[in-house]
Amino acid sequence: MIIEAIVAGLVVIGAVFTLIGSFGLARLPDFYSRLHGPTKATTLGAGGVILASMVHFSTQGGLVNLHELLIVLFLFLTAPVSAHLLARAALVRRVKSVTAGSDTADGHRRPDYEPGADEPAKVDVDPAPDTTELSAPDPS
Amino acid sequence: MMDSALLFGIACIGLAMALNVYRLIAGPDATDRVVALDTLYINAIVMLVLVGIRLDTANFFEAALLIAMMGFVGTVTLAKYLRRGSIIE
Repeated sequence: MIIEAIVAGLVVIGAVFTLIGSFGLARLPDFYSRLHGPTKATTLGAGGVILASMVHFSTQGGLVNLHELLIVLFLFLTAPVSAHLLARAALVRRVKSVTAGSDTADGHRRPDYEPGADEPAKVDVDPAPDTTELSAPDPS
Repeated sequence: MMDSALLFGIACIGLAMALNVYRLIAGPDATDRVVALDTLYINAIVMLVLVGIRLDTANFFEAALLIAMMGFVGTVTLAKYLRRGSIIE
């Protein structure tokens, strides 16, 4: 009975956290804040539900069942990594932020990134070799 | 009590997946769609675990673990593609 109450509470808490994370993904105004919701709230919600599963199956069969710990450990390790990679991809693609062009608290102006408005600086990584020094001098 | 909590949880995750699909379709940039896919697979794991508790079977564990690993690989691949594909070539 008390185990059922614990499992029910963990399931409800986890499901509500997951719903809040996905709601943030659907409603927040720009990409960087939309990245914020799922990577924190949804990971915590998944942790709660999987913890409920661990408690349930450990008290059912008599022997401790911690297989689900693999899933939750993997999620906790990989969610920040994928969020970091996606944020870097968005920075490189110059995805617009809601704070672009506004002033920070200490008086600096944030860069106003429009997607595709400014081309990135062309870095000539492999310039054509300068052959003037190697060429033979003009005989005339 | 546990049965109604599980039903409530499954309903919440279903609504969350519907919101993810909305962002997947409406996302203005490709990175928004990738974040929606990332959240969608995490929600699918949670849904599988909830259905596993409700049906009282541990058979969904391997599927959830596989979705976790393959989903992470897919997200990393898509992020790398978006990062390199737009700037370098």
